[in-house]
Amino acid sequence: MAKRIDVSDLNIYYGNFLAVEGVNVSIEPRSITALIGPSGCGKSTFLRTLNRMHEVIPGARVEGKVVMDGHDLYGADADPVDVRRQIGMVFQRPNPFPTMSIYENVAAGMRLNARRMKKSDLDELVERSLRGANLWEEVKDRLDRPGSGLSGGQQQRLCIARAIAVEPDVLLMDEPCSALDPISTLAIEDLMTELKERYTIVIVTHNMQQAARVSESTGFFNLNGVGQPGRLIEFNPTEKIFSNPDQKATEDYISGRFG
Amino acid sequence: MTATRTPSPPGPTRPVRRLGDRVFAGSARGAGILILVILAGVAAFLVAEAVPAITAPAEEIPGGEGLTAYIAPLVFGTLLAALIALVVATPLAVAIALFITHFAPRRLAQGLGYLVDLLAAIPSIVYGFWGISWLAPKMVPFYRWLEDNLGFIPFFAGPTSATGRTMLTAGLVLAIMILPIISAISREVFLQVPTLHKEAALALGATRWEMIKMAVIPYGKSGIIGGSMLGLGRALGETLAVTLVLSVSGGITFNLISSGNPATIAANIALQFPESTGIAVNTLIASGLALFVITLVVNMLARWIVNRRADFSGAN
Repeated sequence: MAKRIDVSDLNIYYGNFLAVEGVNVSIEPRSITALIGPSGCGKSTFLRTLNRMHEVIPGARVEGKVVMDGHDLYGADADPVDVRRQIGMVFQRPNPFPTMSIYENVAAGMRLNARRMKKSDLDELVERSLRGANLWEEVKDRLDRPGSGLSGGQQQRLCIARAIAVEPDVLLMDEPCSALDPISTLAIEDLMTELKERYTIVIVTHNMQQAARVSESTGFFNLNGVGQPGRLIEFNPTEKIFSNPDQKATEDYISGRFG
Repeated sequence: MTATRTPSPPGPTRPVRRLGDRVFAGSARGAGILILVILAGVAAFLVAEAVPAITAPAEEIPGGEGLTAYIAPLVFGTLLAALIALVVATPLAVAIALFITHFAPRRLAQGLGYLVDLLAAIPSIVYGFWGISWLAPKMVPFYRWLEDNLGFIPFFAGPTSATGRTMLTAGLVLAIMILPIISAISREVFLQVPTLHKEAALALGATRWEMIKMAVIPYGKSGIIGGSMLGLGRALGETLAVTLVLSVSGGITFNLISSGNPATIAANIALQFPESTGIAVNTLIASGLALFVITLVVNMLARWIVNRRADFSGAN
């Protein structure tokens, strides 16, 4: 549960294009780490390398090391499927499986692990995960209905329930609130604060207030120009980033004097 | 979405509608009505022409045992041949579509896609010739083996046809004919599966095959069923290939590898029609009516299957 991730000298490529260059960062367990920066700076790309979702895109590859509790995720013996079972992900747009019920959506990850589970155990797991995602009270009477019938915010919490049902070590969130209204956003943020007791959470966000509200550490990504690789400009405690950043570029971005 | 009509306010106010919208709505409605008119026309013709055969005394019907006795083996043969085709073709077509969309390297996938589509363009007479002159003789040793080893199953009881022109051969030829339709439609729906859903499965730690089981096939299910029904429609109505391949004699039998096979409705009409007169023609048309009803029922059944879980189709 809740493991630490150390990234060293990570270069991320799409084919021959160097998208993100030279990332060195340590992500602490049981905390929320926020990644901010302008569009196209590579923060989502970086996030996707943490659970090897990056390489799903044809031609995408990385150089460097991502080590989770001493275990190299890109080592010769590392299976991307295993990596993804340990590091869950929530996407920008809510994506519950439309062909499955709410119950089946939550149980989907468990079924993948091919563990034979008793119905009662599975029921309990589904309830626990939905409670964990603060969704249980809203859906307990319609677990057999399609997940796509829920509102956007509920769908996103369903996706979080699905991700935490397999009890991952780390939870990656790629702009999880960008498609949601402020009330649903608040619900997700409260949820993140609860979840960080048990998980390592990394969140990409365009909303700087959100980063300031929920995270312990913040990383600022930027790029020098179009066609240039993105870089991690600064990584510091959130309080410091938002009050007294080390880099001029960070201050410019945060204060809205960007460019 | 259902549009609710609000009561129109009193007075002469009417919603503004553009000419273009009116023309388009009118022509679309016209096309829709035309389909119904054609369908009704065909049904009316079949019923009207079939009535004399239905009301005729049994001994006047060809075969001399009445209409039911005449049509029943044909219906059975039609359904059996189409069923064999469907059972063989559907898994194969889905596998081809999955390979093209998710496993093959991009360049190979494109070529393969064209190739499968090309199969659909081959005229049925060519399939018939291929079936009778190449496939049938080649299948005989295989049928012998089936008879020797699996003869206890009624399907393979034998005696094996010496020419190979059996129900199983006809079903296999039909399977190859309907393969491209099912595979093309499955391919299209598999390509439409949103990346978002596939990534959701992968991010849960699914292997590629698990991702396909979890996100791709369920999403494409209505497409697979729709494609299969189109294929089944073609298999039910296919005339030339079956006429050429199937050696017809005898009635209802589940024996798939002997030389005594029931004909199919379409093949029987093609064979008998030129030499029929009077009530025999009406009998053939009555069998055509039976085929029409079978096709209709099959399609409605497919529609019902697809709609039964419409909420879960992914279309919402």
